Amino acid sequence: MTEAEIRQTVKEALSNVAPEVDWDAIDPAKDLRDQIDIDSVDFLNFVIGLHKQLNLEIPDSDVAKLVTVNGCVAYLTGKTGGT
Amino acid sequence: MSEFHMPALGADMQFGTVVEWRVKPGDTVKRGDVVALIETEKGVIEVEIFENGVVESLVVQPGQKVPVGAPLATLSGDGKKVETQAATASVAAPVVTSAEPKDEKSAPEIPVATPVTKEAGARQRVSPLARKRAQELGVDLFGIAGTGVDGSITVTDVERAVEGVKPPPALTTPAPLVTPKSLDLAAMRRVIAAAMARSKREIPHYYLSTTIDMRRSLDWLAAENAKRPVTKRLLYSVLLIRAVGLALRSTPELNGFWIDDGFKAGEGIHVGVAISLRQGGLVNPAIHDVDKKNLDELMESMLDLVNRARTGHLRSSELADGTITLTNLGEQGVESVFGVIYPPQVALVGFGKITERPFAANAMVGVRPMIEATLAADHRVSDGHRGGRFLIAVDRLLQEPEKL
Repeated sequence: MTEAEIRQTVKEALSNVAPEVDWDAIDPAKDLRDQIDIDSVDFLNFVIGLHKQLNLEIPDSDVAKLVTVNGCVAYLTGKTGGT
Repeated sequence: MSEFHMPALGADMQFGTVVEWRVKPGDTVKRGDVVALIETEKGVIEVEIFENGVVESLVVQPGQKVPVGAPLATLSGDGKKVETQAATASVAAPVVTSAEPKDEKSAPEIPVATPVTKEAGARQRVSPLARKRAQELGVDLFGIAGTGVDGSITVTDVERAVEGVKPPPALTTPAPLVTPKSLDLAAMRRVIAAAMARSKREIPHYYLSTTIDMRRSLDWLAAENAKRPVTKRLLYSVLLIRAVGLALRSTPELNGFWIDDGFKAGEGIHVGVAISLRQGGLVNPAIHDVDKKNLDELMESMLDLVNRARTGHLRSSELADGTITLTNLGEQGVESVFGVIYPPQVALVGFGKITERPFAANAMVGVRPMIEATLAADHRVSDGHRGGRFLIAVDRLLQEPEKL
């Protein structure tokens, strides 16, 4: 998958847990949990959403890399062998 | 013959509006079956029936707003009424008579032909995105066939409905239905206000706090989660819920209700979880029999409950049966919470944020992840000594997470 496609997947997974979020207002370098009101259940649902959409197992030790949008994109692009 | 009445889903509820019947005259129902979708100040709730029997007639039509206690339907058959404690509690709550003239509408034995195409107990899920899209397009979600997982309504289903493409007939409901309003925040706020004001007026609260070392629990959790696929992982809040449930076995005076000038112990340990809703507002549905569920079952129950609370698919027994409430505000960053007991319960357990703190043991100082656990309790029922024993029991349980 391309980086753009990954970014779109991340955006959709986030919208599913936080539908009111204005994507343009999100700073991709900052922790999502400081920018939008999501708790651990939301975050878990978000990670599960990514797992299901990309058919990718995400080890618990890697979850810390997913707290920023850029972190997500970098990690997932690497994992899906994308460019 | 017996009557099924509008239940009180929480001490503060006064009215409900039937949105949709899930049964029709002639259907056999058993205790726990969802028989109607009722809109309350807390949102739309799937209401379960308390007894077994055969539906004789539906007294109230969809769209009618009726007060708590009003008859909704009549049942015949082995109507062996199994009174839950919350149902008894609802009688004690003040019932305000409706301003609408009820007489002609509640005339008995008028069979209302409300055709239902879903089996009693089935519920239709809507993805949050689809719900939002439906709101944007002004589309009524009821009557849309869901093609998503488990028949859930997806964004595509909503958009297809707008274009007028005929959906597959499986889940359409031909009878005219009342569209529930999207959650009325003002109404919910009023109801919360009434409950909280009553709590502070009537319940003599006392407060206790203790700091719990979470290192063992968190280490154990990390090791567990490392072995598990993402869909089976545990959140630490489940350890808290389980510890609270087990600790209540030794201090039952914190688990139950204050009704009719006395304490009535809960028949089971049903822990209400305070859940904030995205649009604002708060609900505290209960996970039943927490002391009898293992961590996996609790995690599944909790996730399911949170997701259904946020999509507006809670069941009446979840709202009415809580014997104690737990509020976990740690993720918002506050260190401790001293809450307001939700009447007619007699206790509220609070947890704050897990923070790294200096910790002294064996004449050495280290750093440990610590959490503040608090208890707000009704002094008519328990004293600080017993409340203290409860918190210490929670602490002890969290030091042996493998036994939870």
